Amino acid sequence: MAVSIFHRITGDGLAIAGVLLFLWWLCAIAAGPEAYAAFVACVWHDPDAGSFHQVTNILGKIVLVGLTWAFFQHLFSGIRHLVLDTGAGYELKTNRLWSILVFVGAILSTAAVWLYIAKEALHG
Amino acid sequence: MGNGTRLGRVRGLGSSHHGTGHWLQQRLTALGNLLLVTWLFVSLVRLPLADHGAVARWASNPTVALGLILLIISVFWHFRLGLQVMIEDYVHGEATRLLALVILNFYAIGGAAFGIFAIVRIALAPAALGPGGM
Repeated sequence: MAVSIFHRITGDGLAIAGVLLFLWWLCAIAAGPEAYAAFVACVWHDPDAGSFHQVTNILGKIVLVGLTWAFFQHLFSGIRHLVLDTGAGYELKTNRLWSILVFVGAILSTAAVWLYIAKEALHG
Repeated sequence: MGNGTRLGRVRGLGSSHHGTGHWLQQRLTALGNLLLVTWLFVSLVRLPLADHGAVARWASNPTVALGLILLIISVFWHFRLGLQVMIEDYVHGEATRLLALVILNFYAIGGAAFGIFAIVRIALAPAALGPGGM
């Protein structure tokens, strides 16, 4: 089942890419304003961007969008597993419907979050 | 002596010789993650992330710092269990599997300690108590 293998793939991605980025972020906050500015310049936006940071800024955004999607996919699919654990939802039609809703929900939620972030960025 | 309970007679006989504790912990930490990671996600979207002062003030609030430490415990325990299943399913050969599990444990425990130490440093940093601090 696609929804099951995606649960594993997104779980892997969050555990490695998500966790390492989170630890890097925490470490940068703890290390002070300059280290934090270097972190932001690398991952998100560098006011005087050299070509290296132009590349890492694009990669950073791709990784962040990917992590957002992986978070929602893993969250919704995880909730589906918790419901299945109660013994509910095993009828073929119900099961299929919820599997599809997990995919659709994850993509729509990711789009909604990033549209919000883009809107905030444009309007200051 | 009797033959023990029905559960007692089958306990440990599965292919991995364990499992129910693992299964239950995976679900308990899933519920923890559901609350804590959703909270972190909403916070990250709402915070002015480019502003170190604002982020550090937020993270040094005692309630937030406690939430972040709980999040690290829940998330790291959850993925340690999840990746363990992944290794048991896909990594074949005793030695390679054992090595993969050792690396996983080093990563999970080392990463959690690193993260909690960073949170404590932020929470106890003197700068957070300066003007404008909470």
